Amino acid sequence: MTALEHDPQATQHEQPEAPEGGLGRRGFLGWVMAGTTLVVAADLGLSRTAATAAIPSLPQVPEIYDLEDLQTDAALPTANLVTVTINKDGTASFALPRMEVGQGIVTSTAMILAEELDLPVEKVKVTLAPARPELLFNQLTGGSNTTFSTFTPIRVAAAVARRRLLDAAAIQLGTTVDRLTTTGGIISDTLGNTVTYGDLATSAASQVVEAVEVLLKSKPDYQVIGKPRNRTDAREAVTGRKKFTTDLDVPGALPTMVCRPPEHQGSPKRVRNRARVLKMPGVTHVAMVDTGVAVRARTFGQCIDAIRELEVDWNRGTVSGESDQTILAKLKAQELPMVVPQVPVLAQQVDTRFEFMFRSSAALEPYAAIADVRKDRAEVWAGLKAPIVAQGNIAAATGLRPDQVKVNVVTGGGSFGHKLFGDHAIEAATISRAMGVPVKLTWHRVDEPRQGRLHPMATSRVRATMLAGQVLSFEQRHTSVTTDFSHGLGEMITSLADELPTGLGGLGFAETIFTLTQELPYNFGVVTQLLNEPLEFEDKFSTGSMRNIYSPDTCVAAELTIDLMAKKAGKDPMQFRLDHVKNKRVRAVLEKVKKEGSWGRKMPKGMAQGVALHKEYKGATAVLVEIDCRPQTVGRDLGRETYTGPRVTKAVIAVDCGLVINPRGVEAQMQGGFMDGLAMTLSASNHLRDGRFLEASWDNYFYTRQWNVPPEGVEVHIVDPGSDTPGGVGEAAVGSSAAAVACAYARATGTLPTRFPINHGQLRFKPKSFVPSLPPSPTDGLKKTY
Amino acid sequence: MPKQTFILNGKPVTVNVNDDVRVLWVLRDLLGVTGPKYGCGINVCKACTSHLNGKAFNPCSVKVGDLRKNDKVTTIEGLPATVGAKGEDLHPMQEAWLELDVAQCGYCQPGQIMAAVALVKKVRREGRDITEADLDRIRNVCRCGTYVRIREAIEKGARAMR
Repeated sequence: MTALEHDPQATQHEQPEAPEGGLGRRGFLGWVMAGTTLVVAADLGLSRTAATAAIPSLPQVPEIYDLEDLQTDAALPTANLVTVTINKDGTASFALPRMEVGQGIVTSTAMILAEELDLPVEKVKVTLAPARPELLFNQLTGGSNTTFSTFTPIRVAAAVARRRLLDAAAIQLGTTVDRLTTTGGIISDTLGNTVTYGDLATSAASQVVEAVEVLLKSKPDYQVIGKPRNRTDAREAVTGRKKFTTDLDVPGALPTMVCRPPEHQGSPKRVRNRARVLKMPGVTHVAMVDTGVAVRARTFGQCIDAIRELEVDWNRGTVSGESDQTILAKLKAQELPMVVPQVPVLAQQVDTRFEFMFRSSAALEPYAAIADVRKDRAEVWAGLKAPIVAQGNIAAATGLRPDQVKVNVVTGGGSFGHKLFGDHAIEAATISRAMGVPVKLTWHRVDEPRQGRLHPMATSRVRATMLAGQVLSFEQRHTSVTTDFSHGLGEMITSLADELPTGLGGLGFAETIFTLTQELPYNFGVVTQLLNEPLEFEDKFSTGSMRNIYSPDTCVAAELTIDLMAKKAGKDPMQFRLDHVKNKRVRAVLEKVKKEGSWGRKMPKGMAQGVALHKEYKGATAVLVEIDCRPQTVGRDLGRETYTGPRVTKAVIAVDCGLVINPRGVEAQMQGGFMDGLAMTLSASNHLRDGRFLEASWDNYFYTRQWNVPPEGVEVHIVDPGSDTPGGVGEAAVGSSAAAVACAYARATGTLPTRFPINHGQLRFKPKSFVPSLPPSPTDGLKKTY
Repeated sequence: MPKQTFILNGKPVTVNVNDDVRVLWVLRDLLGVTGPKYGCGINVCKACTSHLNGKAFNPCSVKVGDLRKNDKVTTIEGLPATVGAKGEDLHPMQEAWLELDVAQCGYCQPGQIMAAVALVKKVRREGRDITEADLDRIRNVCRCGTYVRIREAIEKGARAMR
């Protein structure tokens, strides 16, 4: 293959055996931009060819520029550029068009840049780019896609910079590029003369835009990629210096909170005592908006006090009168039929049906945004994973043009899918416009599970048919309350395939995403997995794609069914899986947990092991857990509103996520993803009663706490498939963790749990008041010191 | 408006605000000390955990008027100085957090570290070492699920605090 030949099937870089700078490895085109110091760029669309393999993980730039066109055309950059700047102090800067929410992409991106630049990671400064509308769909953080989609363009930009610095050094040192080497940001010639990147930042700069062709480093030459590295922001985090949205000091942006309706998605009709509340200490403004009644005050505490005093008449919500049972009944009525008839002659069948409750995707940092909306412009600061969509929505909400709205992306205190939507930013802008002053909005914790985005309630039916030990068919029918994909993922799909229905309120999107994320990693004959999201639920609930979207539920249903199939076939659950795995990569992770987790070891009565497998994000994850369901453990009393329940005592995870950039980051994502899966199966859910969600606190919504954490640890084993390209890790552990815990629970108790989380049936807390919408701030803190 | 005086991270501060405003908002909204985070405001999530006279407390649940003028409030920003650390040096618990790369999003971590230091001091006062049961009872929420590394870091930090 010649240097610049464009192969649409192989965007990722090529074989390592090719000689440096020669034939056989494909070159990439980047640009040197005009500037006073060296600024280089690459097209984010360089990832696009690989992107077509799995759409939801992969944003695609709609303007297709192929390399040859560009070559012939002119060396003009497209609008989809990411730029790297070499600064005079020898550092490199890069604004990542993605959002850091704890997943570690700032660190891994710095590593990728450092690798190709030959610069220490400490000298690479990665920040988050503000909303860049020209990037269209290429500024969405989701689907565990960041590294996969940015790996090539980022390296191309860095390689252009390095090449340009070498050219400048050759002139300065009076030699030729082939006699120069780069190490740690220093260029040396064969005589021992050196010059730093900082020294060259100005002389390497260009007055015009120039196209430059570069080759990328090959895997065997990697010095940084693949080596464990601590987070670049760790020190900021442990010293309290890391700034989240509400830590920012924007002049005049006073604390603001909203008095919200008792019913889910209700709205305010009338405020009865506005004048009185306005006179309360610290209160500056009270304004009615679509979502409730906003209060701005000198402190958030005074907002809370004022909200408790507000008397508001409310309109009903979107699910007035509905409860868990009524929604479940409606879902059941809409379940799609199976194809294989019940009990065909001679065959054995396993029929299962599972129910999955609503869950809250809220992070620890509640929804928060700062907005300063003026007559002719607006500026917003918020944690946003799809800032371009938010920018458009804010413009619409404030009557401004999108180009009058500046959206700053702030590092988020967790997301889990919650910050894909700009609800908080749009609300802050609406309030700022209504009040005519800047506001710093925070949702109260109470507001999150009651009005915030939810993982939709769903049912999953599975029918497997076996004959003489062979699996003939495996059918799964998932029926779900509508998942809102209006954060941009839906638009992305539309842009890729014109034939998809678009006017169906996300229905087409949801089914597309489901199809593109579900892949049963087993040879089970005829396999069909279908989703139905009935139209009757559209806009009824505030939903979204919580971490791993459908997979935690579908994986639990499938894997529990597989355990039953194994039993019917008279096989050990591990062996049955190994006998049916589809390929080497899934087999490898399963074998790994079998060995490391000592599958089959003897356990006391009431305890058991469980195993599950999931394939997504161009990789595979196997999880083996041990669970303790003995009464003395389940009934542990750790005080009021402390849900204990069965305890997973140990977890062993094996993950294949393709080329690993930062093993330490992968380990963190596996451990964190496990805590999510654990909660989804055992403890965390929202209860709907009469159109209201009851949960209002972390002591109501039982996300994993220290007392649920496996005391023997969560072991992570990275299985290297020898791949040249990275997969996704942010969500890869959730589904198989949820399923492994469910399978272990079933084996330990000898029952088949059919509703998740398993503790949903019994309400284990006293619901907090709905009017007033917020509980009083406690005053007894001095009695609780330790 | 009443004047509120207490010692914050080693220095006396005075703020003009009503008695009933909780200390968390005095710190964050009026004094700009943002290490203690808001995660619930009802003393459940513990993201605001700081120290009052060396013991863990949650400023979301204490009225500023209940502080006396000699009360010492220490937030994460003032933690290194409590062990005499100078300049960019950190408290041994913070060092343990760095070594184990505990943080993910980082939002809960100031509170986790302040809770950990107080827990180690508490068990020392009781003349014993930290047990699994002590770790199980830590109520601080970490929604990223860094719990396993938090447990490891506390044990490491505790050894370094001797």
